Amino acid sequence: MCLAIPGKIVELFPDQPHLAVIEVSGVRRKVNVDLVRDEVPLAVSDWLLIHVGFAMSRISAEYADEQMRLLTMLGEADQAISELEGYEFDQT
Amino acid sequence: MKYVDEFRDAQLIRQAAAEIRKLARPDKHFRLMEVCGGHTHAIYRFALADLLPGNIELVHGPGCPVCVLPMGRVDDGLSLASDPKVILTVFGDMMRVPGRTGTPLEHKARGADIRMVYSPLDALKLARENPDREVVFFAIGFETTAPSTALTLRQARALGLRNFSVFCNHVTIIPAIRAILDSPGMRIDAFIGPGHVSTVIGCRPYEFITTRYGKPLVTSGFEPLDVLQSIVMILRQLDSGIARVENQYARVVPWEGNIPALKALAEVFELRPYFEWRGLGFISQSALRLNDEYSEWDAEKRFHVPGVRVTDPKAAQCGEVLKGVLKPHQCKLFGRECTPEKPVGALMVSSEGACAAFHNYAVRTGATTAASTGS
Repeated sequence: MCLAIPGKIVELFPDQPHLAVIEVSGVRRKVNVDLVRDEVPLAVSDWLLIHVGFAMSRISAEYADEQMRLLTMLGEADQAISELEGYEFDQT
Repeated sequence: MKYVDEFRDAQLIRQAAAEIRKLARPDKHFRLMEVCGGHTHAIYRFALADLLPGNIELVHGPGCPVCVLPMGRVDDGLSLASDPKVILTVFGDMMRVPGRTGTPLEHKARGADIRMVYSPLDALKLARENPDREVVFFAIGFETTAPSTALTLRQARALGLRNFSVFCNHVTIIPAIRAILDSPGMRIDAFIGPGHVSTVIGCRPYEFITTRYGKPLVTSGFEPLDVLQSIVMILRQLDSGIARVENQYARVVPWEGNIPALKALAEVFELRPYFEWRGLGFISQSALRLNDEYSEWDAEKRFHVPGVRVTDPKAAQCGEVLKGVLKPHQCKLFGRECTPEKPVGALMVSSEGACAAFHNYAVRTGATTAASTGS
């Protein structure tokens, strides 16, 4: 349940500011960014920590690397990618 | 220290371990509770107990949402799926959690329309695609997950989506910590605070633990070095005699939490007067339900929910393990009647539960002695 996936923003939508396309290990999915866009506007190449389809925190590129390595060490990296691939709400 | 060389920060880890040995006065026994199931998983996976002196004992807390969900709530959720109009959507973690009449996976095999989703937004999408069906989202999780349910409900309301509802089982961590602190058998000296829950609630809500109970709490990251550094910070506090809330995980956890997430929670949910936790019993104001503004989307108001109560078998000593009175393997059922394949008690249900983590890593790798350090 605590799985948090680091993702890099690759696309933003001016007409849908609550959404962003993020990339994790080559997999791209739309996620909801409503919880992390209140202070500073998001930009392409920013890193986010994703949980159940929502960005929970902004993180540094260095921490994103750290988190991905941690998921690998915990044996959860594949599960993280499956979770990301499983998000279907962006497919419409 | 079999894993240390594989860690990126091997040298720093050795330094932290040496510092811990220096700070852990041999005439004392230290019981530190890691509240979060993610930490429990990491501690076993990385065999961190092997790096600690014998007088530091890690007690595994209540922060695994699947584990603390009472069986009756699983049955209640599954009862919704017996209505042929209903599509019940659940997170993957829930699919193998047993109710009295089987797991969601088994109910699905028997014909119930139960679907696994990775996000509550997926459940919302199903509702939009199936206007003639009722889509119910079985919401579980602590404050890490509850904001995503809140935002999904906001969206359902904005869309005027009437065939979507939430069976809400979100729980809050603070009352559970308080219940542990107030329990008569309590033996915890300090807390390793949860990482991702704290990204939402921040550090301030933990202050009562230091002021009222005099116990240190350090919110911690999940890397081996994070956990060891948090233990160093805790031992320094215990040594100084001054209990404070400290933030080891400041690279992710803001002191004030995530304000938009807290606003979303306040807008959509209210506290239940009480809620039952597996292993801990009823805890007042420890769970969320939809408030009146969102009652249309509350599955418990829209459908008849039987309110099943299932008492855990008396022989399962989950409560004692949660409070640090017993180690997982000291429970009478551990590894015999109660295994990860056939869990009897709460803590064997998910890989983040103390007993399942102990079973998966300590027992299966033959490291029972090392992992039970301090027992």
